[in-house]
Amino acid sequence: MTTTTPDAVVRPRRQRNPNRPIWEENPTVLGRIGKALTLFITVAVVLFPLWAVVITSFSTQESINTAGGLVLVPHGLTLKAYASMLSGGEVTRALIIGLVITVIGTVISMVVSALCAYGLSRRGSFGHRTLLMTLIVTMFFSGGLIPTFLVVANLFHGYNQYWSLILPSAISVFNILIMRAFYMGTATDLIDAAKIDGAGDFRILWSVVLPTSKSVTAVMALFYGVSYWNNWFNVLLYMPADSTKWPIQYVLYQYVTQGAQIPGVGTNMAGAAVARTQVAPLSLQMGMLVLTLIPILVIYPFVQKHFAKGVLLGAIKG
Amino acid sequence: MTTVEPHLPVAVVAPEPSDPKDTVTKPIRRKLDWRVRLRHDRTLVLMTLPAIALVVAFNYLPMFGTVTAFQYYDYIAGFWASPMAGLGNFQLLFGDPAFWHALENTLVLSLVQLVLYFPIPIALALLLNSVLDSRIRSTIQAITYLPHFFGWVIVVALFQQMLGGAGVLNHLLRSHGLSPWNIMTDPGAFKYLVASQAVWKEAGWGIIVFLAAIAAIDNTLYEAAAADGAGPWRRLWHITLPGMRGVIVLLLVLRLGNALSVGFEQFFIQRYAVGSSAAEVLDTYSYMYGVVANNYGLGAAAGLFKGVVSLLLILAANKLAHALGEDGLYRSNG
Repeated sequence: MTTTTPDAVVRPRRQRNPNRPIWEENPTVLGRIGKALTLFITVAVVLFPLWAVVITSFSTQESINTAGGLVLVPHGLTLKAYASMLSGGEVTRALIIGLVITVIGTVISMVVSALCAYGLSRRGSFGHRTLLMTLIVTMFFSGGLIPTFLVVANLFHGYNQYWSLILPSAISVFNILIMRAFYMGTATDLIDAAKIDGAGDFRILWSVVLPTSKSVTAVMALFYGVSYWNNWFNVLLYMPADSTKWPIQYVLYQYVTQGAQIPGVGTNMAGAAVARTQVAPLSLQMGMLVLTLIPILVIYPFVQKHFAKGVLLGAIKG
Repeated sequence: MTTVEPHLPVAVVAPEPSDPKDTVTKPIRRKLDWRVRLRHDRTLVLMTLPAIALVVAFNYLPMFGTVTAFQYYDYIAGFWASPMAGLGNFQLLFGDPAFWHALENTLVLSLVQLVLYFPIPIALALLLNSVLDSRIRSTIQAITYLPHFFGWVIVVALFQQMLGGAGVLNHLLRSHGLSPWNIMTDPGAFKYLVASQAVWKEAGWGIIVFLAAIAAIDNTLYEAAAADGAGPWRRLWHITLPGMRGVIVLLLVLRLGNALSVGFEQFFIQRYAVGSSAAEVLDTYSYMYGVVANNYGLGAAAGLFKGVVSLLLILAANKLAHALGEDGLYRSNG
């Protein structure tokens, strides 16, 4: 017992967690149980719906009937729902449209944002304050829903055009400001060295600044990518009538949350009726939900580690 | 323009002999002719142009497009040729009970979200902070943050499957002989449903922010307090919470400033299930009257009303933050 605080000497204790700071009391048994229980419930509240949805999407109609709804305990799994959705019907098309929009949109967003963030990263450059204010003003003032709709749909003729799902929300000023803050933190001697070696600004951005700010690039790409993937609002505004152009989120909205019938699933084999009796509608719906979750779940672990590096804290501090 | 060429070297060279001391380049560059500076920084300016173009097209043009609020907008005639309405749209708007109902819904939903939203992430952040094993901590953090990346369609669909008429909860109720309760279509429960969806989706984000705030607190404060005999609760009250105050106030200001923007998607998606009396907010009102009913002027008027009130709210919330001794969003002295 070489502890320094008098408190520690008085109280007898069992084996101490070496990570616990020396001044901190050991928690009571009740406190430990309460803490573990709360955290367990928190995690369960997040994961349980996902579990139920995934299991149901793999379930047969019989097991859905016995469960009386969502299947919680896996029993007689089948891939039929996915097979019929991915065999080239409406869902397949919507999935491809969604992915293509996401990839193209993310590339556009990242290129424009990185260029802009770098262009604004040197204080005192020409027009620096004016350009920055031009961007920041849009964080406080907005034209509102109807004027934006009219500008895109009527003035620019963006109704039923794919670009109207991408360009109107292509950049987030907030993201640009975060990237700018990171770029400004790039070691100036690196940049100066590159300049002496004759590198122009594009070259500096590409070969010096971007490689030294990989974490912010990864996180921003995730933010943009997710916002395109989840984008449902722009489809509602600019493309609600033409169901052959819908990306997956809007299809999900129609068929799962609004309960519309799912046409076209398995119809490429001209056997819609047959397909429908074989595949449980609920597992189809849940399968569609899972398909929209998969890209997020796949990319998330790779980017998640970067969150810890203070990207978000920087975001909050502005 | 003819003076440009001889003018250049003078401007560049002139300050040098007069200022041989340690004066930094900044004041010197200020004195340079703007054409010189533009030529020097042209690549940087060029790089910002795509973003500026997007902002002008999709943010500034719509701002001028708010003129629609004072027009009887005609889709064929467009912004230029539509007949002016003066304040006609606003008379219509303020005379519409549905508008006041939407405003009331917006404020109530905002308030419920405000009350329910803050305590849970703060409590969870405090709890997580006390977990010593960093692997468990970061795993829980990653899991709770995950729903932040789900779109509202996904979140609502998941809630439907859990709490809806055919969902897990009602199956449980029925199998125990209790009467089912379809929360998704119950207008009375809607505000709590919506708030719990928001908490489910965004609590993880709050946890990360609050954890970062806790991590920034100086550890010696705890040590000193413990040495002085302060127990865990007193340390929480006198050190941890005051340490988080800045971030809490900042988020509160942001929330207050956005009180009228409770979000469009979450409400529109559930509008049909629960009915417009519970789910109509200003944004959905604007959409239903503007885009769906083609009364663009009225929809834009509702949007403009929301924009102006929101701006006042942001200013007021920021004042409040200053009154609480925090930085808030911005300070007028920069």
